[in-house]
Amino acid sequence: MKIPYPVFLKRAEDYPKWLPAATSVAAVLLAFIISGIILKATGANPIKVYSYFIKASFGSWGAFSDVIVKAIPLMLIGLGCSLAFRMRLWNIGAEGQFFVGAFLATAVVMVPLVDLDTTPRWAVLSLMAALGMLGGAIYAFIAGYLKAKLNINEIIITLMLNYIAVLWNNYWIFGKWSESGFQMTKVFPKNAWLPRLADLAGKFPFFSGMTVHAGIFFALAAAIIVYLIIYRSKWGYKITLIGDNPRAARYAGINITANTILVFMISGALAGLAGMTEVSGVVHRLQERISTSYGFSGVIVAWLAKLNPFAVIVVSILFGALLVASREIQPSGLSFLIQGITLFLVISSDVLLKYEIKWVRPAQETA
Amino acid sequence: MNWIEIFRSGLSTGTVLLIAAIGEILTERSGVQNLGVEGMMLVGAMAGFKVAFQTGNVWLGLLAAIVAGGLLSLAHALVTIHFQADQTVSGLSLTFLGTGLALVLGEGLTGQTGPIVPRATIPLLSKIPYLGPIAFTNHNLLVYFGYLLVPITWYFIHKTKPGLHLRAVGENPAAADTLGVNIYRTRYLYTFIGGCFAGLAGAAISVAIAPGWYSNLTVNGQGWIAVALVIFAHWDPWRAALGGYLFGVLRRFSLDLQGPRMLFGIANPFFFNTNLVFFLQMAPYILTIIALIWGSSSARKKRIGAPAALGNPYQRGERGL
Repeated sequence: MKIPYPVFLKRAEDYPKWLPAATSVAAVLLAFIISGIILKATGANPIKVYSYFIKASFGSWGAFSDVIVKAIPLMLIGLGCSLAFRMRLWNIGAEGQFFVGAFLATAVVMVPLVDLDTTPRWAVLSLMAALGMLGGAIYAFIAGYLKAKLNINEIIITLMLNYIAVLWNNYWIFGKWSESGFQMTKVFPKNAWLPRLADLAGKFPFFSGMTVHAGIFFALAAAIIVYLIIYRSKWGYKITLIGDNPRAARYAGINITANTILVFMISGALAGLAGMTEVSGVVHRLQERISTSYGFSGVIVAWLAKLNPFAVIVVSILFGALLVASREIQPSGLSFLIQGITLFLVISSDVLLKYEIKWVRPAQETA
Repeated sequence: MNWIEIFRSGLSTGTVLLIAAIGEILTERSGVQNLGVEGMMLVGAMAGFKVAFQTGNVWLGLLAAIVAGGLLSLAHALVTIHFQADQTVSGLSLTFLGTGLALVLGEGLTGQTGPIVPRATIPLLSKIPYLGPIAFTNHNLLVYFGYLLVPITWYFIHKTKPGLHLRAVGENPAAADTLGVNIYRTRYLYTFIGGCFAGLAGAAISVAIAPGWYSNLTVNGQGWIAVALVIFAHWDPWRAALGGYLFGVLRRFSLDLQGPRMLFGIANPFFFNTNLVFFLQMAPYILTIIALIWGSSSARKKRIGAPAALGNPYQRGERGL
């Protein structure tokens, strides 16, 4: 059997600037169409599901505010992933780093590490953010160290650490920190809450009920910093070089071991910060299911954004919408399906960037 | 604690990992790394349970699981072999895709009960002291299939011509190509076979070992553990069997630790503080990390490497492995 292979791939020297963005957009649209066909096959009405989807996430300012709330952790995690992926470090452990970050941020309130009645709000929040980042960074260090020193597959390590982190948090919220037997901590005092738009409702009634919190500033600041690192710093150039051509990087005298661990830790710190914003800005306590698999969606966000920090912000909003809508849409696995198909289409479309595709007729081949 | 029972059920839990790991060994030996085992297992578990439930025939269920896992793996094959996409990312997206597909198509199956794979006791062998009650008594048929699978796969890889071709494609595709082995076809074939095994492994959970459909908790990370097991096993079926069964036994042992009031003569902390059980539940994942560290460092000492072309796309006329 000969595989029919009338197409011929030629390494492309360059591609038009708009092409990466166009392939991402096309991938998302196509993913929705394919998922629609699958929905249709299961007996659901895709048009109805999708129109409900749009209404649930963009139908009102309140809904859109919920979308942004969901997008904030995706932005932070997506940014961390785009940095790590530049170096071809597959940090799939954002989920676990998110939980450890949330755990350490919660410790500020639950231990408590500071006197919550007298310490000013900005100080409590800064400490929580710092510990959230520290938690994520430490947790990511494990995988980074094993990868850098022993060359152990970081994907499996980070995944296993995800499961462990969830169980670790469960130990605390079912046990020591449990609020009268419920699987959650007590509600944080107000000065451990990130400010929300709704707090301004006294002055601007329009904002009442809007849950967008100050974590958005963390995300935007992180985007700018990651952008400066990747595109404007010598260090960012080194990271990209290690990712593209580790051998050349080694000859150039770049310390791959140290950079691997460092990038892993920064990536983890951003995921940990996402965990902090979620407990401090959204649920105001540590509980089960604070993540609707942000860690995994963040991977897809980074890839769909072609590892560009500002694109991560935009794509996160789209995926935030997907997460908001999927809380209510049946069947419940739909958002996973759309995300999976999207990622598949994006990586397949990369072939368009790497190669020029030529159709070859058999006659031409022999000529 | 009932040690016979711990070993017995450990073997049956380990069978799931064994089947999935053997499939992944075959795939990786051809130079394709498919990290989507978790997704393929979920689809297999869903398809196996759904078809067995709807037709009342468990064999049709297993067949459906095999086909479903195989078909899903073709997506990975197409994207990585023809489109030369990164195998890591493709494998990951296969996991997402498989999870989504299984959840969408498995809607409404939770809480149902369907037919399960029959159990059997092997005459004579079951009379052997210790080994008989552990390995040959009242197991579901897939466990015995696992026993046979190991030597057969080893023989196939090391002693047959197609097995030689398989290794050649994974170690040095350019050389294999000059000898007339079709690289693309071989890689497609073994990616497909790996998917079939993963699908079967998923069904081994949902229609045999822990019957039922519990959405994505059905597989709950075992696909990833199987991928880790392949590295621990140095791509060798015998070591995969050793690792898989050992893992199954340890996992079962850690679950049984909660039961008794007294443990090795002292008050059992897991009995008196139920929250400590979360640490027992971490055991399989911590074990996987330890197994990976151990497996990787012993492979380095013995100079056993992954198949040399693992992870690299092949294109005729281009330099490289």
